[in-house]
Amino acid sequence: MKNKVGKQTLKFSNVSILSSSSVVGEMEAQGPLTKEFDELYDDQYMGKDSWEKAELFLLERSLDIAIKKANLSKTDIDYYLAGDLLNQNISAGFSARTLGQPFLGIYGACSTSMEGLTIASTLIEGGFGKYAMAAVSSHNATAERQYRYPTEYGGQKPVTAQYTVTGAGAVIVSTVPSNIKVTYATIGKIQDLGIKNPFDMGSAMAPAAADTIAVHMRDTGRQPSDYDLILTGDLASVGYPIVKELLKRDGIILGTEYNDCGLLIYDRERQQVFAGGSGCASCATVTYGYVMNQLSKKKLNKVLIVATGALLSPVSYMQGESVPCIAHAVAIERKEN
Amino acid sequence: MQNSKYKSLSKQLAPKTPILRNCVVAFLVGGLICVFGQFIQNIFLKHFNFTAETVGSPTVAVLIFIAALLTGLGVYDKLGQFAGAGSAVPVTGFANSITSAAMEHRSEGLVLGVGGNMFKLAGSVIVFGVVAAFFIALIKTLWGMF
Repeated sequence: MKNKVGKQTLKFSNVSILSSSSVVGEMEAQGPLTKEFDELYDDQYMGKDSWEKAELFLLERSLDIAIKKANLSKTDIDYYLAGDLLNQNISAGFSARTLGQPFLGIYGACSTSMEGLTIASTLIEGGFGKYAMAAVSSHNATAERQYRYPTEYGGQKPVTAQYTVTGAGAVIVSTVPSNIKVTYATIGKIQDLGIKNPFDMGSAMAPAAADTIAVHMRDTGRQPSDYDLILTGDLASVGYPIVKELLKRDGIILGTEYNDCGLLIYDRERQQVFAGGSGCASCATVTYGYVMNQLSKKKLNKVLIVATGALLSPVSYMQGESVPCIAHAVAIERKEN
Repeated sequence: MQNSKYKSLSKQLAPKTPILRNCVVAFLVGGLICVFGQFIQNIFLKHFNFTAETVGSPTVAVLIFIAALLTGLGVYDKLGQFAGAGSAVPVTGFANSITSAAMEHRSEGLVLGVGGNMFKLAGSVIVFGVVAAFFIALIKTLWGMF
């Protein structure tokens, strides 16, 4: 097993990121990362007649932009992997209908972005194709309907609640060399420490992120300080300090290199987003927008993206089940050819 | 780590719910909504042909209409986030729960979308309201017999 290190980590030697894209909605456009995204939309409906169609539109835009940036055409894509938060993964499935290329629908809740990138990288490393594209989407209003109350319902959300990011992100990996490589992926295990509150995903997901980060460091023999940036997907202000504390107890110290996409994407002082951002697009738009830009500009060289997902459903938590959570980590590095 | 230990750790690190602030704001906003209701009631009593017995229905109808309109305009959910129980408990909150559900499910069609879902949140209020009323009436009747 030459491509596996330790118990849970895949090692890639021939996977380059050719292009990536991120498109977002109004709240994200008003946030601090606004210049890092490819397209901004200030209409929650994107000119469509339902929010589901709006989310699909965002996802399709992200695919088109990623393909265009890589100077490819749709027919060049060997595999398309996508997932979202809606019942039966409809955004992903419908976008694959438009794309018309071999498609694998995947679901890992908000961890889907890195799940997709991991599988895409594996397909490329294994020599099964030349171009693989992974994408995810989420939309605040469709997620509200899926998991919570009608969007206009006047319920009071607690301080631990999070605001689902409206947006989509896509990435194309290939054997064609570029300066940005996918080097490792650590596939997480489910962690469930009994949190049942659907308005406190930060507490629920933090143990999964901590476990995956610890396993990644152990498998690769790296230290957190080896990375310029370690970024969790959507732990926000609740989960962020818990991850630090859990890892500290394991003897792993996360310093200033550690941040969270859900904290970066909004200005919590100015915008009413409670603990911060969440959703598939939280990790995807920050990673495929901000982080990729920083890697291209040589401001970052080595990053670890840890996408976190809460694998609950509206039925499961109504039935009193706790929330099983997962995190997948992908190391992305700048290497001059 | 044990579940109970983790629960106390996450509780310790989690931001605190501003219970006092929420209670004060709920009291004030809920009170103001009721004062507004009284204001409407006084207008009906003074300028229209209503008595103290009959004035309740038009007053509630006006409050429901205003709450539904504010829901449609995208204002009521913001008030709800600010006021919590203050805007949820009065009849306006009930109207908001029905209107918001109807709007949400409009894209699924009129009959099974709007019709089938508009009482999604309000349904339990009606069910338990009727059940509670039944038991209160039962107690009152039994009380009167002895």
